[in-house]
Amino acid sequence: MHSAEVLLRGTGISRRWGGLTALDNVSIDVARGSVHAVIGTNGAGKSTLVNILSGELEASAGSVHLLGQDVSRWSQPRRARAGLGRSYQRNTIYPSFSVMENCRLAAQAMHQQPWAWWQSASSCVKSMQAAQDAAAQAGLKDCLDREAGLLSHGQKRQLEIAMCLATQPSVLLLDEPLAGMGAEETERMLELLTALKASHAMLLIEHDMDAVFRVADVITVLVNGQRIACGDPEAVRNSPEVRVAYLGDH
Amino acid sequence: MRAQLPKFLFVLASFAALAVFPHVAGKFGVDLATKIMIFAVLALSLELLVGTTGLVCFGQAAFFGIGAYAAVLLSPSDGPASLATLLPLCVLLAAAYALVVGALSLRTKGVYFIMVTLAFAQMAYYVVHDTPLGGGTDGIYLMMKPALGDWLDLDKPLVMYRFTLLCLLATFVFLALLGRSKFGHALAGIRVNEQRMRATGFSTYPYKLAAFVVSGGIAGLAGFLFAVKDGFVNPEMMSWHISGEVLIIIILGGLGHLRGALIGAFAFALLQEFFRSEAIFGEFAKHWHLGLGLTIIASVALLPRGLVGIPGQLFGRKPGAHGGGALAQATPTKAGHA
Amino acid sequence: MDLTTFLIQCLNALQYGLLLFLVASGLTLIFGIMGVINLAHGSFYMIGAYMAFALAPLVAATVGGGFFTTLLFGLILAVALGYLLEWAFYSFLYTREHLQQVLMTYGLILVFEELRSLLVGDDVHGVQAPDFLSGSIPLGDMMVYPVYRLFISGVCLLLALGMYFVFAKTRLGMMIRAGSTNREMVQSLGIDIKFLYRVVFAAGVAIAVLAGMVAAPVSSVYPGMGGLVLIICFVVVVIGGIGSIRGALLASLLIGVVDTFGKVLVPQVAGVLVYVLMAVILLWKPDGLFKAG
Repeated sequence: MHSAEVLLRGTGISRRWGGLTALDNVSIDVARGSVHAVIGTNGAGKSTLVNILSGELEASAGSVHLLGQDVSRWSQPRRARAGLGRSYQRNTIYPSFSVMENCRLAAQAMHQQPWAWWQSASSCVKSMQAAQDAAAQAGLKDCLDREAGLLSHGQKRQLEIAMCLATQPSVLLLDEPLAGMGAEETERMLELLTALKASHAMLLIEHDMDAVFRVADVITVLVNGQRIACGDPEAVRNSPEVRVAYLGDH
Repeated sequence: MRAQLPKFLFVLASFAALAVFPHVAGKFGVDLATKIMIFAVLALSLELLVGTTGLVCFGQAAFFGIGAYAAVLLSPSDGPASLATLLPLCVLLAAAYALVVGALSLRTKGVYFIMVTLAFAQMAYYVVHDTPLGGGTDGIYLMMKPALGDWLDLDKPLVMYRFTLLCLLATFVFLALLGRSKFGHALAGIRVNEQRMRATGFSTYPYKLAAFVVSGGIAGLAGFLFAVKDGFVNPEMMSWHISGEVLIIIILGGLGHLRGALIGAFAFALLQEFFRSEAIFGEFAKHWHLGLGLTIIASVALLPRGLVGIPGQLFGRKPGAHGGGALAQATPTKAGHA
Repeated sequence: MDLTTFLIQCLNALQYGLLLFLVASGLTLIFGIMGVINLAHGSFYMIGAYMAFALAPLVAATVGGGFFTTLLFGLILAVALGYLLEWAFYSFLYTREHLQQVLMTYGLILVFEELRSLLVGDDVHGVQAPDFLSGSIPLGDMMVYPVYRLFISGVCLLLALGMYFVFAKTRLGMMIRAGSTNREMVQSLGIDIKFLYRVVFAAGVAIAVLAGMVAAPVSSVYPGMGGLVLIICFVVVVIGGIGSIRGALLASLLIGVVDTFGKVLVPQVAGVLVYVLMAVILLWKPDGLFKAG
């Protein structure tokens, strides 16, 4: 973890809403080739952290560095174009478009050319190729023409990831990719996440503890907006603070 | 591709019908059809905003009026203006106002946006209504209609009709191309889930502003045509009732479909003629707004996908590109997105 | 401008602003609490104005009553109308998108305008203020100010205070405030949300109608007056912030001042000033001056 390149770094991030503190001085590093999982009870601040890292929300204090650059003041679209991909807990796919079109539209973000009004969008070879690659990576090669709204839940979550991959980001922020999945779908998704690990820096929010301990290299535990533990899975599992505050008696 | 063929044929047939219409219609028919086509252009401009991008603008009348007033105010009093310079100028001026209004309005969301666009249109209305610039409530006359050399005499109704048809066709083709371009696809994505587009890397504000400006320009074209056709403009062209009517037209026709704007314009005009007809309603005809109002309420309540969606509703077809009710897809839901 | 003229314009601005506040507060409440954007709200104001014109002779002939009796009858009719409308029409709009609400209430405007046209005609009318309020009081040495305008301000102020009292101090007000921020919770507390909505809507209608009735003697009664009031109310809501009564009050007074002084100082552009004000505030605060509450 220490020798690998840190692609995303959050330093001393705090977020206050009036009198309420959602995040208190949280720091987090996400390195290439690793999965950094963030776990915690509901309302612990996980989503707030991801929102601040992705640029959707402004921090009250602290900074965010992406690929070595200070992006704290950057808008979310700008960070996304710089290589920060994000998936959501609830599906944000476009249900009435095909799988291919979902991916193509996402890929278009890196090849925008909005002035070319006479050219058909699908004539852009680069975005079409990126879309196909992303869909294939996410295991959706065989259903490119299907209407996204008609996919199974597991496939929709895969599409959610595919849309992330279509812009060829270096950092992935994944918000509960396993949400609502059955055993077989979870297995498939974990294989996908493991396959993506090698070439990306991944931050993962998840509630499924078995999955987290299987796939994560580093775990950060948030409770009431504070980081109470950060380390490799075994260390976290055995940490007394964590056992008391979050895992209960295992 | 197969699903596109009937739509394409329908549009082709419509334009063919419009092309031959003057040969079978009398003077009144040609005049009415010209007016309807102008409103179809206006409707197409609003369709780009509401149907494609999901921006419910209640101020289209302002851009319509500016295009019209510019046509009159910029025409010299001693001779015909050149069509080649006047038309683009009117479009540009309308687009310029759209740039200003859009830049401010797009800072707001949801219901605010609807109200703000209405207010800005009302502002333009008061400029022409109260200040000497607009000639007040009496309106202004266009002394001589613009011409293109010797061979385009817009004073002749038939020539005006064909020119309007040409403009309608050009607008339709332009918007169709825009719809399948990257820009159009991005707008569609913004309509369905703006947050997702931002998370993917699209800066959505410039896209929305661009759509607003293009829409304003096209509305200005419609205004130009209207001013040239009648040779007269007055502040009522910028009345918020015009904005409301255009909105009704595209909903009636079917949101999210270019041909919906065409169908809606003709359907609305026919509805107006129907309710205004003394032959059918006798003395009650002067209260035609009543029938119109009730029809609007009924059509919004009963025809969620507009007239375009009737075949689908009747035959229970699976929802197409804008499934599950065009209105549902076209506007951000109140709960927002995940 | 000398002091007396200035004072007169201030009083006019206050009167116009307070009147605007009454109408706008109904609009912002109905949107803030029920989530319905109601284009027909201006029509209620128009209905009130025409009621002042049409009811007065009726009331005088049947019950022999004067101005206040007419107001009372108008109020009762307005509450009944609001109740009926909510039940028959508006309750179907709560779950629909804004665009549909906009269009259906726009259709309703057309229906109201034509019904008015059928019942009372399309003429412009003047309405006489009651005799005992028709005088003027002296202001300084040279000027006088109409008593009736002071009466309007008084009524509006009274109603505004009444609204504040209901919202801040009563159980009903508490339920309304709760309902505006969390509908489901209020329902789960056993409060009949449907009844609450009906009451709020009827109140909003009644206030707008009353404003129209009271304002009729100073603004003439004409077709299309509803639309104009509506748009200004929209500006009030945009400036003040949706759902915020405080914001509506501040915005209304601001508009009252800008519009009144504008008409006196720069009459040519007076109509535009209000929108310029809105544009300026939007640049600074796109969500309006206050949040809901």
